[in-house]
Amino acid sequence: MLSYLLLALLVLTTVAYYAGLSRARAFATASGHAAQHSLSGYHGAFVAAWASLPSFLLVILWLLFQGSVVDQLLISSLPVERIKDLDSGQLNLLVSEIKSIAKGNVFGEPDAVVLAAAERYNSWNAIASWAMLASALGLAVVALVVARSYVAPRFRARNEVERIASVLMILCSLIAILTTVGIVGSLLYETLRFFSMVSPLEFFFGLNWEPQIAMRADQVTAGGAFGAIPVYVGTLLIALIAMLVATPIGLYSAIYLTEYASEGMRAVVKPLLEILAGIPTVVYGFFAVLTVAPAMRDLGAALGFSIAPNSALAAGGVMGIMLIPFISSLSDDALNAVPQSLRDGSLGLGATKGETIRNVLLPAALPGIMGGILLAVSRAIGETMIVVMAAGIIAALTLNPFEPVTTVTVQIVTLLIGDSEFDNPKTLAAFALGLVLFLATLALNVLALSIVRRYREQYD
Amino acid sequence: MQQLDAGSVQVLTSLKSSTAQTIGEPKIVARDVSVYYGEKQALFDVDVNVPRNSVMAFIGPSGCGKSTFLRCINRMNDTIPIARVEGKIAIDGQDIDDPELDVVELRARVGMVFQKPNPFPKSIYENVAYGPRIHGLARNKADLDRIVETSLQRAGLLKEVKDRLQEPGTGLSGGQQQRLCIARAIATSPDIILMDEPCSALDPIATARVEELIDELRQTLTIIIVTHSMQQAARVSQRTAFFHLGVLVEEDETSTIFTNPSDQRTQDYITGRFG
Repeated sequence: MLSYLLLALLVLTTVAYYAGLSRARAFATASGHAAQHSLSGYHGAFVAAWASLPSFLLVILWLLFQGSVVDQLLISSLPVERIKDLDSGQLNLLVSEIKSIAKGNVFGEPDAVVLAAAERYNSWNAIASWAMLASALGLAVVALVVARSYVAPRFRARNEVERIASVLMILCSLIAILTTVGIVGSLLYETLRFFSMVSPLEFFFGLNWEPQIAMRADQVTAGGAFGAIPVYVGTLLIALIAMLVATPIGLYSAIYLTEYASEGMRAVVKPLLEILAGIPTVVYGFFAVLTVAPAMRDLGAALGFSIAPNSALAAGGVMGIMLIPFISSLSDDALNAVPQSLRDGSLGLGATKGETIRNVLLPAALPGIMGGILLAVSRAIGETMIVVMAAGIIAALTLNPFEPVTTVTVQIVTLLIGDSEFDNPKTLAAFALGLVLFLATLALNVLALSIVRRYREQYD
Repeated sequence: MQQLDAGSVQVLTSLKSSTAQTIGEPKIVARDVSVYYGEKQALFDVDVNVPRNSVMAFIGPSGCGKSTFLRCINRMNDTIPIARVEGKIAIDGQDIDDPELDVVELRARVGMVFQKPNPFPKSIYENVAYGPRIHGLARNKADLDRIVETSLQRAGLLKEVKDRLQEPGTGLSGGQQQRLCIARAIATSPDIILMDEPCSALDPIATARVEELIDELRQTLTIIIVTHSMQQAARVSQRTAFFHLGVLVEEDETSTIFTNPSDQRTQDYITGRFG
């Protein structure tokens, strides 16, 4: 039904476009182009926009509210003696049963009341669909006729069309903004619920993280402790290791590519580096688990000290490899953006290539390079797949890179898989962790932007 | 008597051929210099002598090879991978392509000022101190301060920037930036300065300041200036070379070039018939 409606609206829109166009053409040929404010195409677009957009809006609103309106009707139509003893959960169950019977999935032997209700539900939905079809098409036709009556030589169709387009653009950007606001809002709400069960003091300053608590009376677990410090320390340790790997390698390869590599070399190496950026993180993850971690453990054994199979070093090291292309391609852009005249100036004074890079190019490109590094840091903090596969789950408070540590993202994943209910601190802790992660990334991005802006003022 | 005659004949011929040789040996001698960019030849067998402690102007229409030749003198063409230079250039009798001579030393002796002012994104002080620092010309901080101060003084910029040496060089006006670049070039105490259209991005007042500066620097330095302005060439230079289509057409005293050129092409160019 809906697809036929959309198809009909599309046809109507096309009709509307030609209706406006033909009317505009009629007076264009009659009075000559000079007297006409807008090109005929704008008149067509104006009529088409009015014929389609209000109807589309109506359909969207209708679809949003039809379900709950019909549900209300359904509940109020049920005999009072049948529902007066039910609480809201049981009522929902009854409504679901009616709906599934309406769809044709009959389980057991439903009573007559339920069967009748299912029949009513089906007929109401059919009525609602037809009503939507009729009202949407009716609205479209009326809008078409009214909009077409506006078409006149001096009518400013061009300005109107641009106004409609700008409203559409505002709507699109609003969707993105509202989604973000919604996510942050729900994170905040669930975090506040979490803090009503666990003290913020414990969460932010506690040194013990054991979130597994009993969800059923017969489960045997630890009491549950929500001190997030070990989780944050683990995250920072892995991010630090990753950056120690990625920053020098990325930066040096960028310098090589911009300043030393020949054209042919650059044409080969740069795409290869970009392929590195295209490898899915899950592939890095099993690379870390299956190759790097055992190799490190063997190396440790050969040197006489023990390296855990899921050490921070393995996870961080592989994450560092993943981040190389970020840093190298952003640094490469920043170095390339330094004007050739600065290179000439330095070389002309008798500086060697290395001195020119160290003393002129790197300082001038610093904002871009810092931006790339901070972007990589926020990627490192938020990266999930590699650490889920390669890092530990137990939150040990340690700075030793040979020990397993856990990260915020790993904890969020482990908290939310398996049995979960949204009214206990174990599950809600994930929202608190997520909120902190979000704020940290946000702070890093703001910092990156402010650094870039400050240096730009100084160097341009 | 015989000997004396031979001597006076020699003096006479050298007087006729070039006044430069009366001042002394030329600072820069170029023989058969050709430059290729890939397959394309940009400069054809240029022969020229640049006298010491004077200003020589290179004029000619765009793309005629003046800048290309200028960039041969401090081997800046080395930095362009597809460029190839043939022929010989000697400074004070020393071949600049001699493997004994490091290009870094050459460029410390032959300063360069570019068309667009290109101060480094550093403070005014650091801009001037850049060359002395990389060549280790200063023994200590006081020494470096002195070099920076003298260089700015000689570039006529000291008075304007004395109180803000730590501010970024990019914050100066265009003319000040160009004089900063000249100060930066002087700071390595070169004996030649190459200027590639140093005033083309400057207003007339800033241009006049730079021209005055060139005239003062001529006392101790050899300067080659590439310019599109024939008035500028006439004002600042003692000798002028006219390039056309990669060929050095004519080179003579500036006054001769502008009043009585011997080649028709030079005549056409300076009277504005082409270029």
